[in-house]
Amino acid sequence: MPVMEYIDAIRLAMQEEMQRDDNVFVMGEDVGVKGGVFTTTKGLIEHFGEERVIDTPLAESAIAGVAIGAAMYGMKPIAEMQYSDFMLPATNQIISEAAKIRYRSNNDWTCPLVVRAPIGGGIFGGLYHSQCAESIFFGTPGLKIIAPYSAYDAKGLLKAAVRDPDPVLFFENKKCYKLIKEDVPEDDYIVPIGKANLLREGEDITVISYSLPLHFIMQAAEELEKEQGVTAHVLDLRTLQPLDREAIIAAARKTGKVLIVHEDNKTGGVGAEVSAIISEECLFELDAPINRLCGPDVPAMPISPPMEKFFMLNKDKVKEAMLQLALY
Amino acid sequence: MNVRSVTEATSRHKQVGLSDAEVVDMYKYIVLARKYDERNLLLQRAGKINFHVSGIGQEVAQVAAAFALDREQDYYLPYYRDYGFVLSVGMTLRELMLCAFAKAEDPNSGGRQMPGHFGSKKLRIVTGSSPVTTQVPHAVGVALAAKMKKQKLVSFVTFGEGSSNQGDFHEGLNFAGVQKLPVIVMCENNQYAISVPVSKQLGGRVVDRALGYGMPGVRVDGNDALEVYRVVKEARERAIAGEGPTLIEAMMYRLSPHSTSDNDLAYRTKEEVNENWAKDGIPKLKSYLMECGLWDEEQEEALVKEIQKQLKDAIDYADAAPFPKPEDTLLHVYGDSRGDQ
Repeated sequence: MPVMEYIDAIRLAMQEEMQRDDNVFVMGEDVGVKGGVFTTTKGLIEHFGEERVIDTPLAESAIAGVAIGAAMYGMKPIAEMQYSDFMLPATNQIISEAAKIRYRSNNDWTCPLVVRAPIGGGIFGGLYHSQCAESIFFGTPGLKIIAPYSAYDAKGLLKAAVRDPDPVLFFENKKCYKLIKEDVPEDDYIVPIGKANLLREGEDITVISYSLPLHFIMQAAEELEKEQGVTAHVLDLRTLQPLDREAIIAAARKTGKVLIVHEDNKTGGVGAEVSAIISEECLFELDAPINRLCGPDVPAMPISPPMEKFFMLNKDKVKEAMLQLALY
Repeated sequence: MNVRSVTEATSRHKQVGLSDAEVVDMYKYIVLARKYDERNLLLQRAGKINFHVSGIGQEVAQVAAAFALDREQDYYLPYYRDYGFVLSVGMTLRELMLCAFAKAEDPNSGGRQMPGHFGSKKLRIVTGSSPVTTQVPHAVGVALAAKMKKQKLVSFVTFGEGSSNQGDFHEGLNFAGVQKLPVIVMCENNQYAISVPVSKQLGGRVVDRALGYGMPGVRVDGNDALEVYRVVKEARERAIAGEGPTLIEAMMYRLSPHSTSDNDLAYRTKEEVNENWAKDGIPKLKSYLMECGLWDEEQEEALVKEIQKQLKDAIDYADAAPFPKPEDTLLHVYGDSRGDQ
């Protein structure tokens, strides 16, 4: 099994799906000759030509809207938003159109579209190259939202997204692109959308998260077990919408102490909904208040290194929050 | 009228490529759309339906454009006033009435959307929404897909001149221009965006924007059925020949209020509206057909009678048809079973 970076796994998923199905194509800013500003689509134009790897005008609403039109015709577009921060001109197309096409046409028309967008900070991107856009779209029925933390999941979930009959937002973490390197099968597999993944079993605390922070959580969990004998039960949501309610409830019940972690800011984030689900379903089985460790409620992440560091989560912050919950 | 002008008149529809039967058929659809629209205004006033958004004054251009397309193959992205258009491409009065009455059997949305929000996969009418102009990039996407799949078809999209100020108009046209896609973009310039007149909407002419996107722009009298037919047909020929998109600005006037919730005399005068009634394209086309010897008052009377009969049938059918089940509100969020719980 080859070792590859998270970004390679995303590229391989696109390549395999384009080989498998002629209707799959990629469009976005700089995705062609340049191969994307992060090199996510590098080499695809050589494989598939400029008809299926389309460099578009710098206009996000058209990227989404044209992809929606093609999807309704029967194609399987993968539309790339260069940064999730620049996705907002396309929100009307995604929320008013893509999300509602099946519903408003009473199941007559469908929109099997994938929108890929990098999220997250820690790369000195400043306010507008660091944001997490998931809470903008979260809570819009009709959309599926996935956010992989590992290279294995990135490949399997992206392939599942391409084959999904509905619009899927694929939030890839740009800090993970080169940071995460692991074994990824070269064969055809998918990771099912809608299923959370238990990364670690434990008895003392439950940590629920998605995307980059899971790496901090896994390191912290290992250290806490060694140093303090605290064992953490770690659940990766994988899919943010629809949330895997059963897995969330089961993980919360397992230890009765829940910490929810995400880089997106706290207010109105995915964690609020996860917390509400737990409160609705198993409040009286909890032994501690539900905790959330999230990005601060400021407009976005500043570029100055100490400020960026202050905003970002890391292993130490996560470890401290986990320990405090264990001691509660 | 002397013999010579009759000959000229007769040749006009033939010159643009319409047979006698086709031009008569076109007229019938235009009258059908007008009568449908008028009846809906009455139905709303009578409390039978909740809402109607009218296209009175725009039917001539809508029907003429539809006749210039390939009604077996092309894809359509009409906007909410396009009753004449959707009737011409195959939607029936019963289907439109089911939509107006928000009944389960409505093929547009199963009673989910407001009237005028068309959609039918069978007829290749792409589902539309209320935020205006979102359909322009969709039309471009359909054209892109058709080009990728080497299908000889065009996508045809309409909207009002107010909508031509939205970003999606500009982003969509530019994309189509760059890729030279087979899309026809027709602005139904009816002079008003609800209450705001063109003088407060447009800094220039809609048609001139075509220049900036590398495509031909054609302005046409929307009350002249044969001219609209001609320019749409030419645009289609260019699209099919691989020469790319065309922007058409069809000039017309919204004779009715914006919708049944609008009092138009709060922002325009009766005199202005009456002046524009005098320019209505329907009597013009009727006179033309009569000059050509293709139409007479007897036929007119028979047509109106037939339409009244069909309208009655459609209303009776839609009125009696069942509403959707309340719990069907939960259906079709997603294609898999999760959404249908």
